[in-house]
Amino acid sequence: MAETKPLSFQDMILTLHAYWGARGCAILQPYDMRVGAGTFHPATTLRSLGPEPWNVAYVQPSRRPTDGRYGENPNRLQHYYQYQVILKPSPADIQDQYLGSLAAIGIDPLLHDIRFVEDDWESPTLGAWGLGWEVWCDGMEVTQFTYFQQMGGYDCKPVAGELTYGLERLAMYIQNVDNVYDLRFSDPVGDVPGVCYGDVFLENERQFSKWNFEVADTDSLFAGFKAAEAECRRAIAANVPLAAYDQAIEASHLFNLLQARGVISVQERANYMARVRDLAKGSCKAWIDSQSDRWIAQYPGWTL
Amino acid sequence: MTDFLLELRSEEIPARMQAGARAELDKLFRAQLAAAGLEAGDLTIWSTPRRLALIAKELPDATAAISEELKGPRTSAPPQALEGFLRKTGLTQDRLEDRDGVYFAVIERAGRATRDVLAEAIPAIVRAFAWPKSMRWGRESTSSESLRWVRPLSGIVAILGDELIACEVGGISTGFATRGHRFHCPGEITIGSAADYADKLRACHVIVDHAERAAIVRDGAAKAAADAGLTLVEDEGLVIENAGLTEWPVPLLGRFDEAFLAVPPEVIQLTARVNQKYFVVNGADGKLANGFVCTANIVASDSGAEIVAGNRKVLAARLSDARFFWEQDQKKTLAEHAEKLANITFHEKLGTVADKVERVAKLAEWLASEGIVPNCDPALARQAAELAKADLVTEMVGEFPELQGLMGGYYARAEGLPDAVADAIRDHYKPVGQGDDVPTAPVTVTVALADKLDTLVGFFVIKERPTGSRDPFALRRAALGIIELVLRNGLRLELDYAASRVGHLIGLQQEKSTSTAVHEIWLAEFMGAELFRAVPDFFVDRLKVQQREAGVRHDLIDAVFGLEKRKDEIVGNLARVKALQAFMATDDGANLLAGYKRAANILKQAGDMSASRLREGLGEGRSSATPSPETAPPPTPPASGRGELEPAETALLAALDTAEPAAAAAVADERFTDAMSALASLRVPIDAFFEDVMVNDPDPAVRAFRLGLLARFRDAVHSVADFSKIEG
Repeated sequence: MAETKPLSFQDMILTLHAYWGARGCAILQPYDMRVGAGTFHPATTLRSLGPEPWNVAYVQPSRRPTDGRYGENPNRLQHYYQYQVILKPSPADIQDQYLGSLAAIGIDPLLHDIRFVEDDWESPTLGAWGLGWEVWCDGMEVTQFTYFQQMGGYDCKPVAGELTYGLERLAMYIQNVDNVYDLRFSDPVGDVPGVCYGDVFLENERQFSKWNFEVADTDSLFAGFKAAEAECRRAIAANVPLAAYDQAIEASHLFNLLQARGVISVQERANYMARVRDLAKGSCKAWIDSQSDRWIAQYPGWTL
Repeated sequence: MTDFLLELRSEEIPARMQAGARAELDKLFRAQLAAAGLEAGDLTIWSTPRRLALIAKELPDATAAISEELKGPRTSAPPQALEGFLRKTGLTQDRLEDRDGVYFAVIERAGRATRDVLAEAIPAIVRAFAWPKSMRWGRESTSSESLRWVRPLSGIVAILGDELIACEVGGISTGFATRGHRFHCPGEITIGSAADYADKLRACHVIVDHAERAAIVRDGAAKAAADAGLTLVEDEGLVIENAGLTEWPVPLLGRFDEAFLAVPPEVIQLTARVNQKYFVVNGADGKLANGFVCTANIVASDSGAEIVAGNRKVLAARLSDARFFWEQDQKKTLAEHAEKLANITFHEKLGTVADKVERVAKLAEWLASEGIVPNCDPALARQAAELAKADLVTEMVGEFPELQGLMGGYYARAEGLPDAVADAIRDHYKPVGQGDDVPTAPVTVTVALADKLDTLVGFFVIKERPTGSRDPFALRRAALGIIELVLRNGLRLELDYAASRVGHLIGLQQEKSTSTAVHEIWLAEFMGAELFRAVPDFFVDRLKVQQREAGVRHDLIDAVFGLEKRKDEIVGNLARVKALQAFMATDDGANLLAGYKRAANILKQAGDMSASRLREGLGEGRSSATPSPETAPPPTPPASGRGELEPAETALLAALDTAEPAAAAAVADERFTDAMSALASLRVPIDAFFEDVMVNDPDPAVRAFRLGLLARFRDAVHSVADFSKIEG
C-alpha cells in the first residue's frame, strides 16, 4: 500500500461501510442520543438479546466527558467516533472477516504486527460481559473484539460478535500522524480544499471540555438524572421498553457529566452506577418480555 | 506401541492461561486413559496462542483384559437387593457365584483398542476442560448448554500412529488438517503423525514449543539490547507473556524521546510493561535508558521498521500521559491531596482512609515518643504518617495502583519535605512479603509499624479476623510484617499494650461520630478483654510459622509465650526461646526435662490423691469437680519433728536456694543463657533426689515435705519456661 495515499478519515468510514455492507450487514446510522460508546446503541444492546440473526454496522459518536483535554492532548478527546459491527450469531470466520476489513483500509499484516491480546469486556452499567481481545496493531489497540455472553443480566443466545474500531486511532495510524487534530478528514477535490480533524472538532473539544468540567450546572444534572430515572420507570410500566432504554442512556450520560464535574464522591459513585444498571437491566427485561412470545413462536426450542 | 498426537486449535488463548491449560490437559488426558486402564506414560505438552498440543509416546495398542469382582448382597437378603445388584452388574442370577452365602459377580472385560479409548477420551477431555473463564460462541450458542471453551474452538487434530482418531465434539470433527501462522501461512496444512507435527508447523512459521519461544524472546531481547550497547532489564514474566502472545516471536529494539526520562524510571518501566508488554533497557551507567524491546509475531517485509515506529508512537502516547500525571499531581502538595482521602471508605466500620490516617499518625507519634521505636523524632513520624496515603488519590497511582508509596515518596521529595519523611512515605508498606526489604530508618519503621498495627488491630476490633484460608484483609501478612519490623529493629513492642492503644484510638473516633449511648454499646461489643488476648495470640501463631524456616521449635515458642507470668513482647521472648532451644539440645536440658516431667507427674498424682482423699473425707466421692494439679501440697517448710534430712534432700534444697534467685535475676536481665545455666544446676540434684529418695514416704510429714520440694523445683523451672508444653 506504500504507493497509494492513505485513506482520509471519511474514506476510511466509507470503505468500512462498503466492506461490511458487502458481507450482509445493514449499515445503520448513529443513534441520536449522547452515549459513551457504540455498545449503548439499541442496535447493539437490545438487539444482542433474543434468537434473531442480526448483522449491522454503524458509526457511533461517543462522549466521554472525563477524557476531555481542552484540545491540548494529541490523543484524548471527550467526543470521538467508534465504528461498531455486530454479527449475530458470531460467524466461524469472524476473525478472518475482521482482518479482511483491516486490509481493506490499508493495513498489511506482513508489514504490521497484528495481535489478539486478552481483554475481557464488562459493562456494569449494562449488566453485560463478554470475552475477547483488544486487537493490537504495532502495539496500538485499534479494536475491541468481544463475544457477548450476557446483556442486561441475560445470557446471549446466540452469542453475538462485537467489533468496535476506534476510528481516530486507526486513522492516525493509517495516515501516520501524531496529533489527532492533524488527521485528514476529507481530501481536496478540484479547487475545493479538504478539511482536517481539527477544522471540524478542535473548537468543540475546547468548549465542551470547559463545559463538562467547569460550567455544566450540577443541580440541573442531578435533577435531570432523577427525571430520566423516573421516566424510565414510567416507560417500563407502560410497556414501551425502547423509550425506557432511551432514558437509561440519558441517565448514564448525566452520571458521566456529574463525574466530570467532580461532584460524585467515591461512595456515591457505586450507588449511582447501581441505579443506572437497574434502569438498563429493567429496560432489557421489558424488551425481552415484550418480544419473547414472538421469539419462542418463531424459534422453536429457544428459551430465555 | 504407537505415538499419539492431539491438537486443540482455537482462537487466541490468553497468555496468562496457557501454563494452566497445559497442566489441565496433562491431568485430564492421564485421567481419561487411567480410567480405561491405560498408562499415559511420557507426555509432551505444548501451547501457542492458537493451539494446545499433546504428544503421548508409545501408547499400547489396546488395554489389557480385566476381570472385575463385585461383592453383592447375602443370598438370604430380600429379593430387591438381588434385583438391584443384577441391574448394577447387568448379569443374570445364574452368572453369580455363591461364596459362603454372599453373591459375587465376576465381570470379564475384554481389552479395548486404544483407538476406541481415545475416540471417547477426546470429547470427554474437551467437555471437562476447566478454564479460568470460558465462553459460548456461534450458531450452537442458541442453547445455554453449548460447548464452552476459552475462545471459540476451531479444530481438532487427533492422530494415533498415522491413523485418524475420528470423533466429534461441539460440532467439531477431528481431522489431519491444522493451520500455520495466521499471516505467514494462513492455509491448511496436513499433519501425518506426531513425528512430523512440530517440524511441519515450524515450516509454516509456528514454533509450537512454548519453552523454545520463551528462549527466543529471552535471548533475542537481550541481544537486541546488547547490539545497541544497552542492557536488557530482565523480566521473566514478560518473557513468558510474550511467548504466549506469539507463534513466531521476533524481538525488536526501539527508542523513545529522551525527554521522557524526567518521569521516574519505575513509572516508565511499568507503563512499558503493563500496557505494552515491552522490556526496558539500562544504559552503560546502569540507569534506565530511552530504549524498549517489543516482541513482534511476524518477520516483517521491511525487517520491522514500521513495527518499531508504530510501537514507539504508542509508547510515546503512554509516556506523555504518564508525564501529564506526573506534572499534574505535583500542582498540589501531598497535604492537599490528602484532603480527598475523606472520600474513600477504608471499611464501613472503621471509617474513611482519612480516619485511618488520623489514627496511624497518632499511633506513630506515640510509638516514637514512648521510645518503642528508638531515635525517632515524633513530629517527623507524625508528619510522614499524615502524608503516607496521600498518593492514593493522585492521578499516577490511580493509573498504576502498584506505585502506591513510591509515588508519594517522589512527590514528597519534589515538594522539599525531609528525606526521612519522603523515605517513610515511600517504604511504609514494607515489608510486603517474605524476602522483601525490612525498613530500618526510624521514621519509616514507625510509620510502617503504625500502619500495620492499625490495620491488624482495627479488623480484630470489628471481628473481621482470619479464619482457615480466608484472610480477606491480609491480616496474616500484616502480622508477619510487624514481626519482621520488630525483630529486625529489636523493638520492644508490647502487643497487648499496643493493641489497647489502637483500640483506644478507634474508640475515640467512634465516640466523636456517635451518641454516648451508641458508643457505650459499641465499646461493650467490640472492646472486650478478649480482644487484648486475641491479638498477642494471633502473633504467637504467626511467629511459629515465621520461625519455622529458621528451625525454631513451635513447642518451645509455646513454652515461653504461654507462661502465666510473661510480657507479650516478641524480641525478649524469642531470645529466651532460642536460649531454651540451645539448652534443650544439651544433655543437661534433656535430663532436666525428664526430671521435670517426673516431678510434674508425681505432683499431679499427689494432687489427684490429696483431692480425692479430701473428697472422700467430705463424703463427696461422686463429685465431678476436676482437681487441679496445682492443688499439690504447699512447698516446704520442713515438717517439725523430722530428723536429719537425707543428703539428696539437702542438696536439692541448696541447689534451689541458689538457682531460684539466679534464674530470676538472669530472666530479669534477659541473660537467658545464664537462666538456662541456673536451671542446669538443678539437674544433678534432681536426678540424685529421684535416685536416693522415695517421695511417697509412709510418714505423711516426710511425704509432704518432699512433694513440697518438687513443687519448688517445678516453679523454679517455670520461672524460665513452661516445660509442660515441651514435647519429647
